[in-house]
Amino acid sequence: MRRDLTPRTLALIVAAILAAGPFAPQWTVFLLTVALAKGLVVLGLMILLRCGLVSFGQALYYCIGAYAAGLLGLRYEVSGVFTLMLAGMLASGATAFVLGFLLARYRSIFFGLLSLAISMILYGLLVKTEALGSSDGFNLLPSTLAGFRPADAWVRYMVLAVAVVVAFVAALLVNRYLKTPLGRLAPAIKDNEIRVEYMGASARHAIHVKYVIAAALAGLGGALAATTVGHIDPEMAYWTTSGEFIFITILAGTGNVIAPFLGALIFGIIQSVAFDISPNTWQMVLGSSLLVVIVFLPNGLWSLFSRGKAS
Amino acid sequence: MNAFKKAVAAAVVAALVPAFAAAQEAPLKIGVVSFLSGAAAGPFGVPARNSAEIMFEMLNAGKVPAPYATKGFGGALLHMNLVDESGGTTTQVTEFRNMVQRDNVDMVIGYISSGSCLGIAPVAEELKKLTVFFDCGTPRIFEERGYKYVFRTAATATMDSVGAALYVRDLRKGKIKTIAGINQNYAWGQDSWSDFEASMKQLEPGVKVATSQMPKLFAGQYNAEISTVLAAKADVVHSSFWDGDLEALILQGGPRGLFKHRTVILTTGETAMYKLAGSIPDGVVIGARGPYGPYAPNNELNKWFSKTFQDRYGVPPNYAAYHMAQAILGTKAAWEKALAANGGKRPSQDQVIAAFEHLTFESPAGKVEMAIGAGHQAITETAYGVTRKVHGKMTVANVKRYPAEMVNPPDGVKAADWIASGFKKK
Repeated sequence: MRRDLTPRTLALIVAAILAAGPFAPQWTVFLLTVALAKGLVVLGLMILLRCGLVSFGQALYYCIGAYAAGLLGLRYEVSGVFTLMLAGMLASGATAFVLGFLLARYRSIFFGLLSLAISMILYGLLVKTEALGSSDGFNLLPSTLAGFRPADAWVRYMVLAVAVVVAFVAALLVNRYLKTPLGRLAPAIKDNEIRVEYMGASARHAIHVKYVIAAALAGLGGALAATTVGHIDPEMAYWTTSGEFIFITILAGTGNVIAPFLGALIFGIIQSVAFDISPNTWQMVLGSSLLVVIVFLPNGLWSLFSRGKAS
Repeated sequence: MNAFKKAVAAAVVAALVPAFAAAQEAPLKIGVVSFLSGAAAGPFGVPARNSAEIMFEMLNAGKVPAPYATKGFGGALLHMNLVDESGGTTTQVTEFRNMVQRDNVDMVIGYISSGSCLGIAPVAEELKKLTVFFDCGTPRIFEERGYKYVFRTAATATMDSVGAALYVRDLRKGKIKTIAGINQNYAWGQDSWSDFEASMKQLEPGVKVATSQMPKLFAGQYNAEISTVLAAKADVVHSSFWDGDLEALILQGGPRGLFKHRTVILTTGETAMYKLAGSIPDGVVIGARGPYGPYAPNNELNKWFSKTFQDRYGVPPNYAAYHMAQAILGTKAAWEKALAANGGKRPSQDQVIAAFEHLTFESPAGKVEMAIGAGHQAITETAYGVTRKVHGKMTVANVKRYPAEMVNPPDGVKAADWIASGFKKK
């Protein structure tokens, strides 16, 4: 069996980012941190997509994670980054565990639309909640690391470092998970679910587990995005946010756990460049680039890296 | 050796040229943010961008009437860095950082959505960049914390609701027993209604709320809500609907007599009054979120602004366009005040901020005072009137103006507390 190079590649990338971070321009640091937060959500979507499920409502867990982090700050003045992220992850994971009993029974378009519907319910509820700022949302406390907040010039680097470490651990764990029997079941479920059942495995159980993992990752990403941006609002649960995650998933491809983060970063860069060069038509630039990827790299950007190895 | 000397000479010249140009009068790079796509683009974002384009061009040409006749900001020409406000708060915060840290803008003027403003304000503070909000309405920004680098040159939405309550009270003195509302269920609609309701209860003690309808934003169909409001038989109906929703309400409510038997107040009605002139009967109370559009004073600045805008874009400027012009002129006034205080030398950002605090300046809508929010939040007078068609042309009649201090809270008092205290002056 070929050795898995992914952990080593990941470690190299993490080391490179941590080393280059202090010298990089501040705006790139922010762009990268947001990309890591979105990458975590997409990592979860990738797990689902490997068994053929597309969630059009992953923003639900992104938003739950963000609001869990925001509420901890608002009600209990908690500002530690790791505490907030843990809270976001647990809140989303627990919600997914309950909803999973319903959603794990559905496949294809029914799964997609049901998840979309649930995220829009959360959006509707949050918009009606005036105590949480309704559609305007509210600001988070300035984030701290173990009770400590560095000088303004270093805050961005601190958040980036935290994000990189968290994303690294998450990617390693998911990489490991994909190689366990339960993880390997995903392509089988996608190809022929009846055969999976005949083999004695429960597709519904496997999907339930994957759904909870994906939600926990989205919650983690949501909490990270919230502490990075400093403001949350119900639009985090809106279907366009879910659409953005699907967009990145398609852009990135499902070949490797590094792909979601790469996809999120490229998405961020394309969006920023598009905003800069064509403020009136940036959506067109974004759409065209996705079309180009779909036409020329049907398996996403990651196929650029995996093509050589496969042959 | 000769080649080496040439190279050195070229390098020296190359190094000096930009330095020399900078010593002349470097242009000011201003980030301008407004909705260019999405639902808010048509009614607010695009008129605001158009207004910014006119103002930048005319200021650079030195064609704006006194007191703004100098070119650009005190001679420094203006360069616009235009950004779309859509894409959500995360995108907006990212783009704000890009503007400040990548494109090195000297200041940012923008933001229509209150959500954007709440999200951007702490970032502006973190990056220490002068940021002027031109349109967003929520009073929360300067109520929740103080900012050094953030200013807002338009009054908050509180003014619209308090002004609306004062106007209907004056219009139907002593005859208001019940009020009803039909507002969109999101922050703007909720805040507009709660301020209006609280103000009415202060102005007419004993007034009852017949019904408060809160349909979903952009629902499009309001017949059920209109039925409920009609059945409730309220004396006054308040709505802060805007754009498509406002048009839908007028078109669906008109034939059912919504505007005939009760006083209906449309706080942003100005944006639809010309387009739907045929569907709005006489006697509907129309607001323009301040002394804008039909309520703008008849001064030189306004005559010039509304004519220039009308000539270029074929429509009169709406309040979003006025807000943008107001923000640009306010910043220019602050900049030039700082320039004068600095003995004619280009002022630093801190000097501009010092000049901006508690500044009073003229805009096409009259006097603007940066009076509250510790000198960072503007207050203006406001005006309301009722529709009246004169020879088939839509006009406003029975216009009443309310001075700034009467419709805005004093410095340091939260809007809701101020209304609850019976509009107590400090």
